[in-house]
Amino acid sequence: MEKYLYIALFAPFVSSLFSALFTATPKKLFTGIIASLLIFTSLVSSTILLIYLFKGGEPIHVEMMTWMATGDLYIPFGFLVDQVSVTMMMVVTLVSTVVHVYAIGYMDHDKGFNRFFSWLSAFVFSMMILVMSDNYAGLFIGWEGVGLCSWGLIGFWFHKESASWAANEAFIMNRIADLGMLIGIFLIYWNTGTLQYDGAFAAFHTLDPTTLTWIGIFLFIGAMGKSAQFPLHTWLADAMEGPTPVSALIHAATMVTAGVYLVIRSNELYSLIPDVGLFIASLGTFVALFAASMALVNRDMKRIIAYSTLSQLGYMFAAAGLGAYWVALFHLMAHAFFKALLFLGAGNVMHAMHDELDPFKMGGLKKVMKWTWIMMTIASLALAGIFPFAGFFSKDTILEAAFADHHYVIYGVLLFTAGLTAFYSFRLVALIFHGEERYKLFGIHPHEAYRFMLVAMSPLLLFAIIAGVFQEPFFHMVEELLRAHEYHIHSHTTLWIMLLGTQIFVGLAILYAYKKYARSGIKVPDGTSATENSFIYKLLINQYYIPYFYEEYIIRPYRELSAVFWQKIDIKIVDATVDGIAGIIYSTGEKTRTMQSGNLSTMLKWMVVGLVVLLSLAVIFGVTVRYSDGAASALSGLGVM
Amino acid sequence: MFEAVAFYLFAFLTIAMFYIVVTTKQALYALTALAAGMIFISAFFFILGADFLGAIQIIVYTGAVMALYAFGMMFFDTTRDVKEKQGNKYIIVGLSTLAAVLIVLIVSVPMVSDNIVALYPVADDIGNVQSVGLVLFTKYLIPFEVAAIMLLVAMVAGIVLAGKKMDLSLTLMSGEEIEDMKKEKNKKVLS
Amino acid sequence: MMEIGLNHYLVLSTILFAIGLVGVMKRKNLLLLFFATEILLNAVNIAFAAISHYYGDLTGQMFAFFVIAIAASEVAVGLGLLIVWFKRHGTIDLDLMTSMKG
Repeated sequence: MEKYLYIALFAPFVSSLFSALFTATPKKLFTGIIASLLIFTSLVSSTILLIYLFKGGEPIHVEMMTWMATGDLYIPFGFLVDQVSVTMMMVVTLVSTVVHVYAIGYMDHDKGFNRFFSWLSAFVFSMMILVMSDNYAGLFIGWEGVGLCSWGLIGFWFHKESASWAANEAFIMNRIADLGMLIGIFLIYWNTGTLQYDGAFAAFHTLDPTTLTWIGIFLFIGAMGKSAQFPLHTWLADAMEGPTPVSALIHAATMVTAGVYLVIRSNELYSLIPDVGLFIASLGTFVALFAASMALVNRDMKRIIAYSTLSQLGYMFAAAGLGAYWVALFHLMAHAFFKALLFLGAGNVMHAMHDELDPFKMGGLKKVMKWTWIMMTIASLALAGIFPFAGFFSKDTILEAAFADHHYVIYGVLLFTAGLTAFYSFRLVALIFHGEERYKLFGIHPHEAYRFMLVAMSPLLLFAIIAGVFQEPFFHMVEELLRAHEYHIHSHTTLWIMLLGTQIFVGLAILYAYKKYARSGIKVPDGTSATENSFIYKLLINQYYIPYFYEEYIIRPYRELSAVFWQKIDIKIVDATVDGIAGIIYSTGEKTRTMQSGNLSTMLKWMVVGLVVLLSLAVIFGVTVRYSDGAASALSGLGVM
Repeated sequence: MFEAVAFYLFAFLTIAMFYIVVTTKQALYALTALAAGMIFISAFFFILGADFLGAIQIIVYTGAVMALYAFGMMFFDTTRDVKEKQGNKYIIVGLSTLAAVLIVLIVSVPMVSDNIVALYPVADDIGNVQSVGLVLFTKYLIPFEVAAIMLLVAMVAGIVLAGKKMDLSLTLMSGEEIEDMKKEKNKKVLS
Repeated sequence: MMEIGLNHYLVLSTILFAIGLVGVMKRKNLLLLFFATEILLNAVNIAFAAISHYYGDLTGQMFAFFVIAIAASEVAVGLGLLIVWFKRHGTIDLDLMTSMKG
């Protein structure tokens, strides 16, 4: 069984290295094919491990080698495959395989084809390290690795100024959050003496609540950066500058869920500090509503889907904060499938529309792109939470969990957000695929994507439809590890009212979206209509002016400060000192060069000068040694006398 | 008492002679003063009971080295005064005085000479020459042999540097070439 | 003052050494520079012999002996070089021998 662990872990690494050999050469098809095959191998290994664990096998724990063994600190490169990590592994490898195959078609005409696969596989490898590691340090390595690969992939088209800027923004925001996470890890080590999960979790029960609260808060700050919770959320929307497969893999299914994974993995910690959990849940709920509101009016197709991701991450954190860790993990899994499907479908549309992103400029595409239309509609239905698709099972369970624990405010907000989610998802679908064909005004001739890309997307479609079936078996698999319990609303009638009410509310939202956006006669908004100039619209479309706030009040002063530091301190003081030292040595050499006059007489004089200097040193030392004992011992220590 | 008188007399003479060597403008005066100084130094050796060393000083230094210098002087024009651009007198004298004072300080304090053990002690009943011979050929044999090789090398070097036509080798040339060379020389002489 | 001790000889040797140093620094004629070097060597010989006498150790005399041998060979080689230089350049003035100027 251990060999499957190593295969699953290192196959992406091999794939990345292999593709890296060809980064400087033009597109070679086999890099994509071999990369996809290797990731598929990883998928197969993960499936084998999943089946093994599902049948009741013991979690597999290996220690590959020692990383640090200094003093009391012992950190190995250890890997753990238990029920939680195998779920994450399945999600990551499945979506990665699909995305790799899809990318062979999507990046067809790109010069950096080989480089793309190298970065993509490196990302998968880092994510696997993150989820398979058995200690916080290994998790952090994976954390940083996915941050780096995300930077490389968002800024893939680096000659585009906006893309590099977005990549830097993502990396820097993650870094700021990582500081919090590091402090959390330090606190864990300081208080428990180990970073291994089992050791730390066992020791948590002996710590006092204040320490635990701080640890929980700091670890959550790290999760906030990676999973783009408020206020570190602006990078996610800007990260859409990267190629669409990147958005599908990283910003829907895997990297942004790393924060949720951290909270789920540390569930033993968070169950001891329910107040922090409540804060996490509240923040998650707030972000869910916040992101959904921004998606209502946005005119960038990928951004809408990005805000949807942000919103669903809020849902996951709400579930995790309320203690329903298994529900969060299940929603993570289901969400990965339909969100990746949405992104890949959007990729098809983008390619067909020659990288046009404004859905108002599309319309009526269902005639030309039938399969994409079907996939995106089903994915949106799943996202909205319509029975019997995957989203219903996961989202409704979250609502049940909130209701059953008597957090009615959270329940209400999440319910309202579910409606908003349905509305903006179907607004997007309606604008793109229904109505009249506005794209003809812009002279674009769309066509469906390659057949093999559609075939690659089909496993995601399948899982988006049927994943609800897995809820019961999943619950049984993780119930021991995550202390899961089913949520029972006390009276049956309340339960049925809730279920039906949610479905009706969501269904109404969908119908409203269709009515408003699927009719003919929609014009491309050009900034003059009344809706566009209303206050709420402006607020939402500028993302509540938060990026503006960051730019004006944080980035600009910091840049000024950096300029001051650079010019006044670095150049004038540090560089001047170093150059000054070199200058002194140089000028000393210049001046003493004249000593070598070639004149023997002068040199003899210098020789006598040196002789006199040495004699005086001898006298000084000798007299000191003879007449003072302290100096004698010091000098004998130096080995002089 | 005699020892004191002899010491001070010879000390005064030696210092005077060497002073002349250092300050005179005529090269011949310097040479003769140096030779005289060497002899007076050998007097010191005799006072100190180092008979062999004194004899060696006279034979080698005064006899051989000074003779060598005298022959060397023949190459250079010794009738002229030596013209020298003077460096700063005060620096030179000052430095030397300083060096002298420091050395005297070192030996008189004294600084390092606390436990000196005689390694090859003088035996009073056999004469100085015999004891020198004893030590030289037993304990100091290797330096002795090395010094011999060094003298050989110096001799060869001196010959090569100063000799004429040192690039020809009579042993390596054939008989005809030697004949040709002789004819050349005769031609120069006769014509 | 009457009793001659080791210190007297050492002071004498130091004075002679200082005179030699003055000569070495002052002289610009190469041949006269060699003379000053001889003075230095002789001063040191006196010191060796004196120490040997007052400590009853023959090592000093041995060293003086070897110093004489070395001085002799040094003179031979030095004069040889001096002659070669003189034949080539026609002068033995130190101030004109600055081809090693760096």
